Amino acid sequence: MNATALNRRSFLGTALSASAFVLVARALPGGETEVALADALNGAAWHLPIYMGLDADGTVVVIAHRSEMGTGIRTSLPMVAADELGADWKRVRIEQAIGDKKYGDQNTDGSKSVRDFYTPLRAEAATARMMLESAAAQKWGVPASECSAQNHQVVHAKSGRKADFGELVASAAQQPLPKNDDLKFKAASEYRYIGKGVPITDMNAIVTGKGVFGMDAAVPGMVYASVEHPPVFGSTVKSLDDADAKKVAGVSQTLRIPPLKLPYGFQPLGGVAVIADNTWAAFQGRKKLNVQWTESAHDSHESAAYRKTLEAASATAAHVERNEGDVDAAFSSAAGTHEAAYYAPYLAHAPMEPPVAIAQYQDGKVTAWAPTQNPQAVQDTVAAAVGCKPADVVCNVTLLGGGFGRKSKTDYVAEAAMLSKQLGGKPVKVVWSREDDIKFDFYHSSSSTYFKAALDAKGRPTAWLQRSTFPSIMAMFDPNARYGGFSLGMGFTDVPFEIANFRAENGAAEAHVRIGWLRSVANIYHAFGVQSFADELAQKAGRDRVEYLLDLIGSDRNFVTNPPQMKGFDFETARLKRVLTQVAEQSGWAKFKPSKGHALGVAVHRSFLTYVASVVEVVIDDNGKVKIPRVDTVVDAGLVVNPERAKSQFEGAAVFGAGIALMSEITAANGRIKQSNFNDYRVARINEAPVDVRVTIVKNDSAPPAGIGEPGVPPIAPAITSAIFAATGKRIRELPVKSQLA
Amino acid sequence: MSIQLQVNGAARQFDGDPEMPLLWYLRDLLQLTGTKFGCGAGLCGACTVHLNGEAVRACQTPLKEAAGKKVLTIEGLSTHGDHPLQKAWAAANVPQCGYCQSGQIMQAAALLKTHAKPSDTQIDDAMQGNICRCGTYQRIRQAIHMAANGGKA
Ligand code: FES
Ligand code: FES
Repeated sequence: MNATALNRRSFLGTALSASAFVLVARALPGGETEVALADALNGAAWHLPIYMGLDADGTVVVIAHRSEMGTGIRTSLPMVAADELGADWKRVRIEQAIGDKKYGDQNTDGSKSVRDFYTPLRAEAATARMMLESAAAQKWGVPASECSAQNHQVVHAKSGRKADFGELVASAAQQPLPKNDDLKFKAASEYRYIGKGVPITDMNAIVTGKGVFGMDAAVPGMVYASVEHPPVFGSTVKSLDDADAKKVAGVSQTLRIPPLKLPYGFQPLGGVAVIADNTWAAFQGRKKLNVQWTESAHDSHESAAYRKTLEAASATAAHVERNEGDVDAAFSSAAGTHEAAYYAPYLAHAPMEPPVAIAQYQDGKVTAWAPTQNPQAVQDTVAAAVGCKPADVVCNVTLLGGGFGRKSKTDYVAEAAMLSKQLGGKPVKVVWSREDDIKFDFYHSSSSTYFKAALDAKGRPTAWLQRSTFPSIMAMFDPNARYGGFSLGMGFTDVPFEIANFRAENGAAEAHVRIGWLRSVANIYHAFGVQSFADELAQKAGRDRVEYLLDLIGSDRNFVTNPPQMKGFDFETARLKRVLTQVAEQSGWAKFKPSKGHALGVAVHRSFLTYVASVVEVVIDDNGKVKIPRVDTVVDAGLVVNPERAKSQFEGAAVFGAGIALMSEITAANGRIKQSNFNDYRVARINEAPVDVRVTIVKNDSAPPAGIGEPGVPPIAPAITSAIFAATGKRIRELPVKSQLA
Repeated sequence: MSIQLQVNGAARQFDGDPEMPLLWYLRDLLQLTGTKFGCGAGLCGACTVHLNGEAVRACQTPLKEAAGKKVLTIEGLSTHGDHPLQKAWAAANVPQCGYCQSGQIMQAAALLKTHAKPSDTQIDDAMQGNICRCGTYQRIRQAIHMAANGGKA
């Protein structure tokens, strides 16, 4: 082993003593894992490595290289390491990683943190444990196979000897690294934390108000900035009168942020920043700015008219994404047909913590502190914004006050860096108001979906045609992008119904606002359309909706979706049917007697490799107000590391989904976003949210871990509108429901 | 004009703009960042503190209205993070991202002062000004009941 000058401190943010040892693990293509001593890497870049160390006193240090935004990931991944190592949770320290390419992709999105890192982390911890066991065996002159690590000690059962990890670290670091094939893993029965859960590591900090979110970070000497952005996407400052703004007490000056260049990516929107010595003064100064803006190609963007263009595209033949059998022939010979179109609006992410960041530019380098899902994109965007190398940007990741996809985009951090550079290196904290957040988001696409089915005598489809049209996330990276790209693999081309003639088409659409992914992305409108249409067909056929969905899904079979998912992640229809059957049982579906204004609805959807079915109970009063007393959700996400946190994600997804179904909507007029704060961009409050969300996580430890954070969202809206139909006879074909029932 | 007030038991004097909201005084000037900024418009409850024992939105409370009064923030709610609500919050694993939770706890603490054993409806009425975008509402309800029942679920 080529031990080199590679400094442990370059792996672990804080100092570890000289006798500490640090392991690195990475996933190899094909699912294998490789583990190495960090010292032996000699600075070589490893794809997707994760880091774990043992300090001289036996403290286990796990680097959290993913961002914590409420999923519990800062707790769940270290838990895996602790269990496999035989560590005592109380002696595990979690350190948040800075942004660094050596960690591979750190973008915490796509519900993939456990999915990607469970196996390498276990291999790494098993390696460390076996080295500790060898060290103890050597010390006692007994075979290593007789030693086992538990509760932060290595125990020799025969002689009753015990040694704390701290006593063994130095010698463990000198033991040969076990080969991958020789790794022995703990049996599931030995786990103390995996599958059981521990309280989140930040619990105490959160309930005492001491947790440091991006909004709470501070650097000595920093100034505060609030940025006036162009009201229409693509417009720029024509003229500025800042005389009154500068008269506001606490305001020192204003600065320009240059306009966007193509492709937009995650760059700042440009505009005028007010610099002040506290946040409030900066906000007050903003109100006194007089800015004239140039015209933009998007000045006429109006969401109602835009909706018509999306619907027109979905009503005509479009780009074919999937095609089986002969849909057209089946339509012409069908006993009956049914068609329907659905619409869903733009949505804003609205995490409780608005975008905020601190940056300091010094000598061509930048240090940033940000609540970001994507610290490496911070490095890239900031570097491009100030003209330095990404490696010269240090991005410290704070706790995130929610992300939902918004904080994968890094415009707000680049603003802080650009302003700090203009101020000659003074640290700058950019604080977005809620109005900035709602008006200058990367919006979830508005969408039009269209469906047509040819039906046999029993009302089962013999042919299914579906079209989806929405402005594409890809437009942020390629201004000419008109088609959905990867978004089409999200609940659209992977519809799992067993229908001989099937065609899926994607209509072209131009983006007029920034588009970005929001918790579960295109699955939201695709599940809404597909599940609603299936619901309509069941009703038309006079059949039970659960039974009908099971019939549509059809036989037990595995298929590879297009684009194919990771190895081991075929679409397994048996798992989809199982969650549906189980949720029907759990919710008392078969026995429930609907009455006027009170009914159940159901939907089932697979996303992020996780199979989810929800039954929603609605009660609708005479004014058309919808209450949701209960939601039942059954989830098959394969092996689940932290079921307690997983449940909380699905509880939260029911609330998030209820907001989407009932009240959330972004609209535009004259190119400007009309909503501004929680008064007009409505999200579910405690008295509007589902009251009792009952989540069951199917135990399926033989299947690899799948997504948790996002897949709970898609089934909720169609289950709610399915229930609304059953309760009122009114079919909801556009979201949100708002006053449609009044 | 100088404003005297008490924050978490300590006497404070403020000599700036009396229109400045208490929120920004706490956060930017006193570095008491447990009180959060969520909307700045009285719409989300993230900034909830107690003013003379009553829950108020710090973003809607100009400092002149806090003159001569006692402000209690999440940092001052208990000495060791052991207020019955804080304990219940941990026991019920309420927080997800956690950003809204200081405000939720301060709002709930005010509720328990007037309703020692609140009903679900009383909880909904008292808490509907506090948004949790992560959707932890059912656990918030559960934790309030727990705290009201001496820590029992
Ligand atoms: S920040 Fe005060 S109510 Fe939202
Ligand atoms: S826990 Fe995230 S907003 Fe409430």
